[in-house]
Amino acid sequence: MARLELRNVNKRYGSGLPDTLKAIDLAIDSGEFLILVGPSGCGKSTLMNCIAGLEQISGGEILVEGADISAMSPKDRDIAMVFQSYALYPTMSVRDNIAFGLKIRKMPQSAIDEEVARVAKLLQIEHLLARKPSQLSGGQQQRVAMGRALARRPKIYLFDEPLSNLDAKLRVEMRTEIKLMHQRLKTTTVYVTHDQIEAMTLGDKVAVMKDGLIQQFGTPQQIYNDPANLFVASFIGSPPMNFIPARLQRQGGRLMALLDSSQGRCELPLSRDIQGLEAREVVLGIRPEQIVMGGAEGNGLPSIRAQVQVTEPTGPDLLVFVTLNQTKVCCRLAPDVSCCIGDSLALQFDPARVLLFDSASGERLDLAAPACVTQDNVARFTGR
Amino acid sequence: MTSHRWFSPSRLAIHATLLLACALYLIPLIVMLLTSFKSPEDIRTGNLLSWPHVITGSGWLTAWDAVGGYFWNSVKITLPAVLISTLLGALNGYVLSMWRFRGSQLFFGLLLFGCFLPFQTVLLPASFTLGKLGLASTTTGLVLIHVVYGLAFTTLFFRNYYCSVPHALVQAARLDGAGFFTIFGRILLPMSVPIIMVCLIWQFTQIWNDFLFGVVFASGDAQPITVALNNLVNTSTGVKQYNVDMAAAMIAGLPTLLVYVVAGKYFLRGLTAGAVKG
Repeated sequence: MARLELRNVNKRYGSGLPDTLKAIDLAIDSGEFLILVGPSGCGKSTLMNCIAGLEQISGGEILVEGADISAMSPKDRDIAMVFQSYALYPTMSVRDNIAFGLKIRKMPQSAIDEEVARVAKLLQIEHLLARKPSQLSGGQQQRVAMGRALARRPKIYLFDEPLSNLDAKLRVEMRTEIKLMHQRLKTTTVYVTHDQIEAMTLGDKVAVMKDGLIQQFGTPQQIYNDPANLFVASFIGSPPMNFIPARLQRQGGRLMALLDSSQGRCELPLSRDIQGLEAREVVLGIRPEQIVMGGAEGNGLPSIRAQVQVTEPTGPDLLVFVTLNQTKVCCRLAPDVSCCIGDSLALQFDPARVLLFDSASGERLDLAAPACVTQDNVARFTGR
Repeated sequence: MTSHRWFSPSRLAIHATLLLACALYLIPLIVMLLTSFKSPEDIRTGNLLSWPHVITGSGWLTAWDAVGGYFWNSVKITLPAVLISTLLGALNGYVLSMWRFRGSQLFFGLLLFGCFLPFQTVLLPASFTLGKLGLASTTTGLVLIHVVYGLAFTTLFFRNYYCSVPHALVQAARLDGAGFFTIFGRILLPMSVPIIMVCLIWQFTQIWNDFLFGVVFASGDAQPITVALNNLVNTSTGVKQYNVDMAAAMIAGLPTLLVYVVAGKYFLRGLTAGAVKG
C-alpha cells in the first residue's frame, strides 16, 4: 500500500539516441489501479521496468510513499511484477516458485508454508502446488505468476501485459478476477496493456502514452468522454470514434459545422462558441454510439439523411456505415433496426457530444480543461 | 496403421546400403577386438578377420601393465580440466547472455577466435607462460592449458544456450531478491542439464584424446595415456606385439566410448536445444 509518484522521469538508452521516455509526470494514490496504455513502442513497458528498477532512469524521480527509490536496486524496492511471459522458474514446482522470493528473504519455513497456502487458496491453485510450470495450462501459469507476486505482500504490483498470452475467453475471465483481487487487496497497482478494453475496465486512472510522452492522464471516463487529442480519441473506444473533416461557419451568431451526404445537408450547431474558428477546416469527433436514428417526432436535434453502404450486425449492436463529407462514418444502432444496404437513413447527432479537433495538430479545440491533464495542470486549473 | 512394404526394391536398396556403411565403420573395431584377444602366434598365421584359435587375455594384461599408470594420469588431467572448464564456461555464458556490458559482444567475438586457433600456434607462448608460473611439466600446468583452451568452446555452448532462455526469468528473480550467483545457481544451472552434458562430452573427448599438449607439456611419469600408447606402439625393439598394441589402444579409447554411451542421448538433445523451448 503506497502512493506512487513519478516526477519528470526521463529515459535515454544512449547519448545521441532520442529519449524513450520524455518528462513523465504521474501520481496515483495508495490503493489505486493505474493503467499504462499505448501502441507498441510507446515506452509503456520501459516505464514499468524503470519503476521496477530493471532499468535505470536517466533523469527525474520515482517516489514511493514520498521517498525517492530511483537509485535503489530492484530487490530493495519492495515491488512485485507479473511478466507477460509469466517467467516461472521452469525447474521449480509451483510451491517453490511462489516460495522463492520468501526463501531469498530468509523468512522462516513455517511462515513460508503459511504464506504459500494463503496465496494458493486465494488463487485457487492449491491442487497445483506440486506440479512443474510445464505441466500447467496457460491460465494456470498465469495464476501462479500472480501468486508469486502476491506472496511477498509488496508495496506495489506491476503487471506487464499479463493477459496477452491467453485466449479471448480466458482473458475476459482473468480480467474480472484481477479486478476482484484488486478490490479485495487494495494494493497500489501499475498495469501495462495495449488493449483499450482492459484499460477502460480495470483502471482507476489511465495514462495514454505515445512516443514516450503521456498524451493524457485521467480516469477512464475522462479519457473516453474528453480525449485530449486525436490520438487518444482514436486509440480508446471500439469501434473507434469517427473523425469527419468539416468547415465551420458562423450563422445567426452560432458556430455551425457543415455536413453533407449524397442525400442531403445539415448544419450542426456547436455547443461551445469559440472565437476565431470561422471558415476553418476542423475535424469533428463523434463516437459511433452517439449517432442515433432520427425518429418521426421532432426532438430538435439536427439530422441528416444518408445512404447505408455496409451493415455489420455484431449481436448486441448493428454497425451501419454511411458516408459524410466524403468520409466513412460508423453508426452504432440498436440490433432490431431493420435496414438494408442502399436504404436511406435519417441520422441525428447530439451537438453537445460532438468534439472538435484541430486538423493540423490533432489537439482538442473545445476542451475546457487543459489538453494534458497532469497533476500539475489539474492543480493549476482548479485552483487546488 | 498403413502396412509398410518391407520388401520393396527401394527399401532393400536402402537397407543394403546402410548395412554396408555399418560394416565399413565397424570392421576396424572388430579387427582390433579380435586381434587383442589373439596370441602372437595366431596373429602371424591367421588373417585379420579370422577368429582367434585360443582366446587369451594376456595381451590385455601386458597392455595394462604398460599403460595402466598413464591411464590414471589421464584421469587426473581430464576430470579437473573438464569440470573447471565447464563451470567457468557456464559462468561466462551467463554473463555474456544475461548481464551484457559495454563491449561484451566484442569480447565474445574475440573469445570465439579461440575455437579456430590451431594448437601448434599456442605451444610456445603456453610453455613460456607455464614456465613463468612454475608449472612446467606438471599435471596442474596441463590442466590449466586444457581449461584455458576449452573455455572458448564451453563459453560458446553456454552463451548460445542461455540466449534462448527468456530474459524475464532473470528479471523476475532479481525482483524476488536474488543476486548474481543465486540466480545462476538456483535458476539457470538447473535448467542447463542438456548443455552441461554436451560440454562434458565435448571437453572429455577433446582432453582425453589430446596428444599434442600431452607430449609437449608433460614428461616422464606424468604423461597421459595417449602419449604412453604412442611410446608403446612405436617401440622399435623386438617383435611387434600387435595384440598388446590393440588392447592398449582399446584401453585408451574406452572412457570416451563409455561417456558417449552414458550421456550420448543428451548430446543430440543439447545440440538441438534452443530450437524448441522446454
